[in-house]
Amino acid sequence: MRHRPTWWKTLVALALTGIMLFPMYWMVNISFTQRRSIRSADLWPRDFTLANYGSVFRTQLPYLGTSLLIAFSVVLVTLVIALPASYSISFLDFAGARSMNFVLILAQMIPAVVMSLGFYSLFNDLGLLDSIPGLILADSTLSIPFAVILQTAFMQTMPKSLIEAAKIDGASDWTIFTRIVIPLSRNTIVTTSLFAFLWAWSDFMFASTLNPGGGKLRPITMGIYDFISANNEEWGPLMATAVLASVPTAVLLLVAQKYVAAGVTAGAIKD
Amino acid sequence: MNIKCNSSPTVITRQISTSFFYRYRSRLAAFGFAAPLIVYLLLFYVSPLVQNVSMSLHRYTRRTFVTGDAPFTGLDVYREVVSSSEFWVTLGQTLVFVFASIAVQYALGLALAVFFNQNFRLSGFLRGIFLVPWLLPPMVSGTTWQWMMDADNGILNRFLGLFGVGPVWWLQADNSLWAVIIANIWLGIPFNLVILYSGLQNINGDLYEAASIDGCNGWQRFWRITFPLLRPVTLITLMLGFVYTLKTVDIIWLMTQGTGTSQTLATWAYALAFAKGSHMTIQYSEASVIGTILILVALVFAFVYLWAQKREEEA
Repeated sequence: MRHRPTWWKTLVALALTGIMLFPMYWMVNISFTQRRSIRSADLWPRDFTLANYGSVFRTQLPYLGTSLLIAFSVVLVTLVIALPASYSISFLDFAGARSMNFVLILAQMIPAVVMSLGFYSLFNDLGLLDSIPGLILADSTLSIPFAVILQTAFMQTMPKSLIEAAKIDGASDWTIFTRIVIPLSRNTIVTTSLFAFLWAWSDFMFASTLNPGGGKLRPITMGIYDFISANNEEWGPLMATAVLASVPTAVLLLVAQKYVAAGVTAGAIKD
Repeated sequence: MNIKCNSSPTVITRQISTSFFYRYRSRLAAFGFAAPLIVYLLLFYVSPLVQNVSMSLHRYTRRTFVTGDAPFTGLDVYREVVSSSEFWVTLGQTLVFVFASIAVQYALGLALAVFFNQNFRLSGFLRGIFLVPWLLPPMVSGTTWQWMMDADNGILNRFLGLFGVGPVWWLQADNSLWAVIIANIWLGIPFNLVILYSGLQNINGDLYEAASIDGCNGWQRFWRITFPLLRPVTLITLMLGFVYTLKTVDIIWLMTQGTGTSQTLATWAYALAFAKGSHMTIQYSEASVIGTILILVALVFAFVYLWAQKREEEA
């Protein structure tokens, strides 16, 4: 291959990334702009203020706390259900292993609006409407099929001889699962957790339908939604809230980029 | 494994019985480990689905939802929904939304994947940053796009104004469908980029080497090598794109609440089921009918997806 200077490609790539991320820049820009200047649409926060963040911290912290609680719980629920099931599908004599993959792919294709309508009447009967546990259970449906598909795909690449050797040494399934399979699945567990967290954090559908009267016990997405519904044109605080709601995404992308990319391609899944 | 050949009959029977016992036990263990998932699937997937289908066959209103004595109507509600003009208008808009979104997402995603596939300084890092729109809460991107597309003060109209284009009422009437398509394309490009990029990584570099020796230029190399070899990945990308775009509610709802021409089947079902937006009364049964139609489409595509996946594995 001939070696040609590639700096112009980097420049083009920078320009493309700039266009792609412009909406995000715009959000940050507005969040630092005084109310009186927002309508002048300056390209940078010329009329700079931190007041928008001040008001957000005063009003939105409970929502952020709720979102964190829900997202972490969803990660936990997802792992607790998906890991043993993946172990069973990959290594044990599980009768439905073959059809399970199909069921899970299908499960992922069910529109969220169908799920939330079903959940609404189910939760109505169970008394789970307007509750955090209800939302945790609903949000975990976003990640559990993905988690099982990803985990089984990975576990099937583990050497079977390893498991068999442990069995011959008299190790129980539980020991093999907790001492061998889980430690080896570390990377996939990180990827799974990351997506479970982000999807629960981003959820709008379930939060807006299953938690209509939850007051302050609502996730941050509903905090933003209330801003819009109030129709008070407070774009500064609204954008500041949006910036805060984007923090987990930004952090995870910077810290765990390789796990993110692995998740997209391995599962090729997301709505 | 020679030992087994010499074993006495008693040992053999003991082996058989232990293996029978072992088999039974391992079945039990297998089921035990999978049980949480099975219970979970039954409770939180099967039951909402059954509920949905059942609601589409009964006439549920706000009152009968509470009292629980909704009369069975068979396919009556289906007939009503399908014979309404709103259904066909919405179906048309849904098709425009889905096909315009995935066509442009795919084309731009592929172009970017080919571009990023050349190694240059920062290519890996910038490719990673490209994922941001896809991972952000739709709430955040929807709100931001809404403000950018504001008719009076939005940056988009300011920008167009530089070229003498008058203000566009992005989020209203006939424009609203295209406004949500633009935002949705932006949202979906990263997904297409990442999947197609991984597809490109699997193409043997020697092929390009050989082709350039044979005098193929870049354009020919793309159409004669890259594109044909990428076909299985393309198929899966488009298929998943179709299914996920079809069920999109959040980004549309957050930008326009399904007003103007931006109502799709999914947002319509959402509005009917929860009395949101311009639909003031709850219409559970109508929403379930649309939901069931969406499920059936998903089912068809799940089969096609599996078939495509199988074909790729065999290839």
